[in-house]
Amino acid sequence: MSRDRTLPILGAVLLAVVLAGPLLPQWALFLVTIAIAKGLVALGLMLLLRAGLVSFGQALYYCIGAYTAGSVGKFFHVGDMLMQMLAGAAAAALVAFILGFLLARYRGIFFGLLSLALSMILYGLLAKNEALGSTDGFNVLPSTVLGIRPTEAWVRYVVVAVGCGVALLATALVYRYLKTPLGQLAPAIKDNEIRVEYMGTSVRNAIHVLYVIAAALSGIGGALAATTVGHIDPDMAYWTTSGEFIFITILAGTGSVVAPFLGAAIFGIIHTVAFDLSPNTWQMSLGTVLLLVIVFLPDGLWSLFTRRKAA
Amino acid sequence: MDQIPAVLVDGIFYAAWLFVAAVGMTLIYGVMKIVNLTHGSFYALGAYAAASLTGAWLAKGYPPMLSYAVLLGSAVLVSVIVAPLIERGILRFMYTKDEVVILLITYALFLILEDTIKLIWGVDPYFIAEPYGLLGSFDVGDLSYPTYNLILVGIAIASGVGLTLMLRGTRIGKLLLTVIHDPEVSRAMGINVDRFYLVTFTFGSMLAAIGGAFTAPTVSVVPGLGVEIIVLSFAVVVIGGLGSLPGAALGAVIVGLVRSATIHYAPEVELFVIYFVMALVLAFRPRGLFSLAEPRKI
Repeated sequence: MSRDRTLPILGAVLLAVVLAGPLLPQWALFLVTIAIAKGLVALGLMLLLRAGLVSFGQALYYCIGAYTAGSVGKFFHVGDMLMQMLAGAAAAALVAFILGFLLARYRGIFFGLLSLALSMILYGLLAKNEALGSTDGFNVLPSTVLGIRPTEAWVRYVVVAVGCGVALLATALVYRYLKTPLGQLAPAIKDNEIRVEYMGTSVRNAIHVLYVIAAALSGIGGALAATTVGHIDPDMAYWTTSGEFIFITILAGTGSVVAPFLGAAIFGIIHTVAFDLSPNTWQMSLGTVLLLVIVFLPDGLWSLFTRRKAA
Repeated sequence: MDQIPAVLVDGIFYAAWLFVAAVGMTLIYGVMKIVNLTHGSFYALGAYAAASLTGAWLAKGYPPMLSYAVLLGSAVLVSVIVAPLIERGILRFMYTKDEVVILLITYALFLILEDTIKLIWGVDPYFIAEPYGLLGSFDVGDLSYPTYNLILVGIAIASGVGLTLMLRGTRIGKLLLTVIHDPEVSRAMGINVDRFYLVTFTFGSMLAAIGGAFTAPTVSVVPGLGVEIIVLSFAVVVIGGLGSLPGAALGAVIVGLVRSATIHYAPEVELFVIYFVMALVLAFRPRGLFSLAEPRKI
């Protein structure tokens, strides 16, 4: 396995994006940032998926991240992007830490359904909350980075650059985590939970840790998306948003920490191209791709790379 | 306090609607162990088919009283065409896969069906209000309700009682219970399990389509109609216990009453409260209020 080259490759790709950034049109920069934001969420979902858990409510943390980022800007006038992302991640991680005591006991379909219910609770709360704009949501203030306010023409580029940096950092940390004994436990939990318990490890704790990490990543992703789009609304917590994230994760596969970003980029491309060609059938294209991937590439697109190397 | 009759009546109507919309989902899960997201698509398909066929029926000047039969007929028609196509064409190859993977497959099918509906019916809203107003209204206390709402109550009771009697009292029902308990042994005993799956999926989807068809006159039929039904049905069947018929009834009544009570007393928590109940039930009785002990297999 050439796993050791994973981080340099991702770093090189992100560096290329940052260098090419000034040449790219605004819409492309927008797509790249959204892909990074969604890739971060999918990275978290991938961690859970490695342990055999599919969360049908990861939008909960995506939305918490976005609303936290928006709220610290709106109510405390903290416009710094990095601070907002940090706040988003912290809020998501805190909620996940509390809910994790409950969710770590659940497996299979019940894990999915409970996480779905929790995200819908947030949706219900936000949709009726006047102070946070009800179903309309509210606009996120233009952000600053380290005290510098980029000019209008450069905002998108700065957001992309910061997003790339944060994504690289987060991915590197996850990569390190996967090398630790706790990180390597996930596939064992998927295979045979009882055996893991007999080895003297607490499955519940391992899942709890995974759950909190996944939430923090989603929180960062949500904050990044909030800054990029400039607007947040309760639909970020709706179950269809969670569905999108699962789509990306399944599409990408669990083969590598880079896979979720690739998946998110491909999702963005399919979405944009299909929407452009025929605005009323883009979901059909997504559904067809998902179906084909589940049937023919159960380990996701990433297995195309590993399969070739193994041969 | 004077709102209590209104809360009860609204709650019952809402519960009936929820039961019709959700009972098919519990049936399909109970028999096939599929958490079926295409359920919402069938609801939408039923609504669209009913809207266009009933609209055509009324436009031709045929007797409007028979439009109720057309509503029912269009739901049956659309599900008998589409459901077997999905079950025979795709789902039957997936039964060996994990529950969660099948859930994802139905999610993919849901996405495809959503756009198929847009391709067939376009994105403009459909209105067929006539059957709604045709039956007049009745009074409870000093409040007036459209009589039409009673139709859904009737369908809910008929489908609930009918299914229960069928399961308990008929040969087919008993065979079905065998299939639910252990498909492999049933197959070995010569039961045509595949046919049971096909019929269950079609019938469960048909119930969703009927729910959609009889809702069509009360709303504007627009794209995205089925999206909310999926999570609402989840809430209903999870509260009662996935795969349990009395559970679905109980879940519908609980959600119906809770929702109508919040609409009357605290409208700002209306959406939140349904999923809060769902999360509470999952937290304390993950297999639902009506759950049975899992039969243990060696």
